[in-house]
Amino acid sequence: MSGVAGEVVTAILVLLAAVMCLAAGVGLLRFPDVLTRLHSATKPQILGLMAVTADVAVNNFSVGTVTLVVAIVLFQALTAPMAAHLVARAAYQTDHLRPDLLIVDELRDARG
Amino acid sequence: MSAMDIVAIVAGIMFGLSALAAIYRIIRGPSVLDRVIASDVLVATIICALGAEMAFNQHTDNLPVLLVLALFAVLGSLSVARFLPGRDRA
Repeated sequence: MSGVAGEVVTAILVLLAAVMCLAAGVGLLRFPDVLTRLHSATKPQILGLMAVTADVAVNNFSVGTVTLVVAIVLFQALTAPMAAHLVARAAYQTDHLRPDLLIVDELRDARG
Repeated sequence: MSAMDIVAIVAGIMFGLSALAAIYRIIRGPSVLDRVIASDVLVATIICALGAEMAFNQHTDNLPVLLVLALFAVLGSLSVARFLPGRDRA
């Protein structure tokens, strides 16, 4: 894709990814504990990556590029939630959270 | 200076601010899990910045780098979270 429409699509997708990354950075600075920081940190890992890779696929539309972009998004969608889940679990089990910020704690009995 | 240059500069400033916030949290983070999360954000920012550079310069040279980062960036945070000292049971 070329011309004005291609540039507009490029600008919108790149700015979307940049806003995601900036929101994650601001969330890391401002949020109070591990779980809330994790909530903001996991946004650009999927949505920002999908925005920029869709941008690359639109700019250079070919079979190889689209295949590689699908593989990148697929592997990131497999690995990023796994890491986030393990970090959140470790944070819960080692008491790296503020219980006064929790609304529901369904694991309170199992925690002991 | 065209409109795309302005968009590139604005996006670069946003990526830079995000990376600085992640580095601040890596340095000051009260626990090791905060540092792990911040390093994940730093990796995600680098991935997005590499992709934005590809989109602006109309090439696909960095796509293998993105693939390797998407595959292996998880290993650091995974091992730290799994083998964190002070956990009572797996």
